[in-house]
Amino acid sequence: MASETAIEALELQKSYGDVAALRGIDLHASAGSVLGLLGPNGAGKTTAVRILTTLLPPDAGTARVAGLDVVADAAELRSRIGLAGQYAAVDENLTGHENLEMVGRLYHLGRATSRGRADELLERFELTDASKRLVRTYSGGMRRRLDLAAALVARPPVLFLDEPTTGLDPRSRIGLWETIEARVAAGTTVLLTTQYLDEADRLADRIAVIDDGRVIAEGTSDELKDRVGGERLEVRIGHDCSVQDALSALSPIASDAPSVEQLTVRAPIQKSAGTIAEAVRRLDDAGVWIDDIAIRRPTLDDVFLALTGHAAEEPLAGDEEQAAA
Amino acid sequence: MRDALSDTLVLARRSLLRIPRAPDLLLAFTVQPIMFTLLFVYVFGGAIKTPGYDYVDFLIPGIVVQTISFGGFVTALGLAEDLKRGLIDRFRSLPMARSAVLAGRTLADVALNCLSLAVLISVGLLAGFNFSSPPHEVAAGILLMLLFGYAFSWIFALMGLTASSPEAAQSLGFIAIFPLTFASSAFVPVDSMPSWLQAFAEINPFTVTVDAMRALFVDAEAENSVWGALAWTIGLIAVFAPLAVRRYRHAVSV
Repeated sequence: MASETAIEALELQKSYGDVAALRGIDLHASAGSVLGLLGPNGAGKTTAVRILTTLLPPDAGTARVAGLDVVADAAELRSRIGLAGQYAAVDENLTGHENLEMVGRLYHLGRATSRGRADELLERFELTDASKRLVRTYSGGMRRRLDLAAALVARPPVLFLDEPTTGLDPRSRIGLWETIEARVAAGTTVLLTTQYLDEADRLADRIAVIDDGRVIAEGTSDELKDRVGGERLEVRIGHDCSVQDALSALSPIASDAPSVEQLTVRAPIQKSAGTIAEAVRRLDDAGVWIDDIAIRRPTLDDVFLALTGHAAEEPLAGDEEQAAA
Repeated sequence: MRDALSDTLVLARRSLLRIPRAPDLLLAFTVQPIMFTLLFVYVFGGAIKTPGYDYVDFLIPGIVVQTISFGGFVTALGLAEDLKRGLIDRFRSLPMARSAVLAGRTLADVALNCLSLAVLISVGLLAGFNFSSPPHEVAAGILLMLLFGYAFSWIFALMGLTASSPEAAQSLGFIAIFPLTFASSAFVPVDSMPSWLQAFAEINPFTVTVDAMRALFVDAEAENSVWGALAWTIGLIAVFAPLAVRRYRHAVSV
């Protein structure tokens, strides 16, 4: 049934003048799932969200959201989606309650329903105490919660979250993640963009890695990690020990040739059970001191590095800029 | 259609709620026109010859036109802020009328312009201004001003959506409109200007509008100025409202 696909994009392209933002991307999210768009600043994530939320027409390609075409059925589609942006798009000079009521009225829910819905959401987002205060007195985390609440006013079946936690402190981030998870548990389809790998890892059922306007990899978090190989044993040896000794001690238990970086030896392994004990025994027999030893699963950082040749996370300065904006 | 109207009213209310909550804007509607009136009546007025009129009677219609033409700056400022804060993205993703955000703001400006007219006329009366025309003409003058202010709100709407920042939107407005108001019959008789400027002042839409207001407020000779002013006003709305809405439909926050 077509309705089981909540988001479907085919060959989307978009340029701003000479700058190609999207060079033909395909996206797919089934109803009730979370699709994460992961990529650095400028990869094209926001452009994709803007096309899918009818804010921008694509230059080429097609997209359907909740079964509706983003260009031909744009007007109808707007009543089925919620959007929360990078910056908390709420009115500073209105109270929290007034903001949500306004959004409800603009979804044409009627005055009474809009007010009731505002009360309900303020309570769910733990903003009831602040509901009569002007938003300009809110903290960054409170604004983001209000922004997310505004996106949920009309109970849209599809929710778009463009970097919902950029610039938030760790505690607010986790709070927001829990809220998003609760929405998904209630059946909402979510498209989430992020440049944080841990965020995509935690929230997304499937991840599309975007770089320079293209989807360079797509799959579940585990599938992506498998692409850069399985688990590794990582050993940092003592200063005055021989790397060569460590290598010969570990080679028999490695599934592939170990690599060396200064005093750290990394050995791909097939199974983790018992490996550490075995490695310790072998290194001990070889007279190699162990500073640190661990089994490491590949992170999305590794995935990104392997796929693009550069790291995913932008330097911190970029984040601060956005937080200040 | 009913939705479009209700969307517009919801957003007009939002714009008006801002005024008491960020009262610095209120200064522009109250203190600024008072300052201008006092400055011209008591500082420059004595040196300006206005045959047939007391200067205050000559000035008030002019200063009313000037003040009202700037009323729309709140729209420019507000839209530029909405763009910067991402609110335009949110509004454009909502299932509401495409014109509602702009129509709501420009409508709110009309209410603010009523306030500034009241302040200006009160200060004028205190400074010795007299309405010397029949009440229905005074009323027609006030309506003309509200419509004229509404037209400028659409010009400011376009500026607000085009400017790179709220500050830029505001100064763009002043730079574009301020000189036009001075190169008109608002503060001095046009025939006291050098001939090249006279030629410009005579085709300046501010001149015909000020002349219309003098006819409606102090019974100056109207000729065709009232119709001329009305034509300009409607023409500005007809050109700038569609341009601004078109701009809005493609506006995205950066």
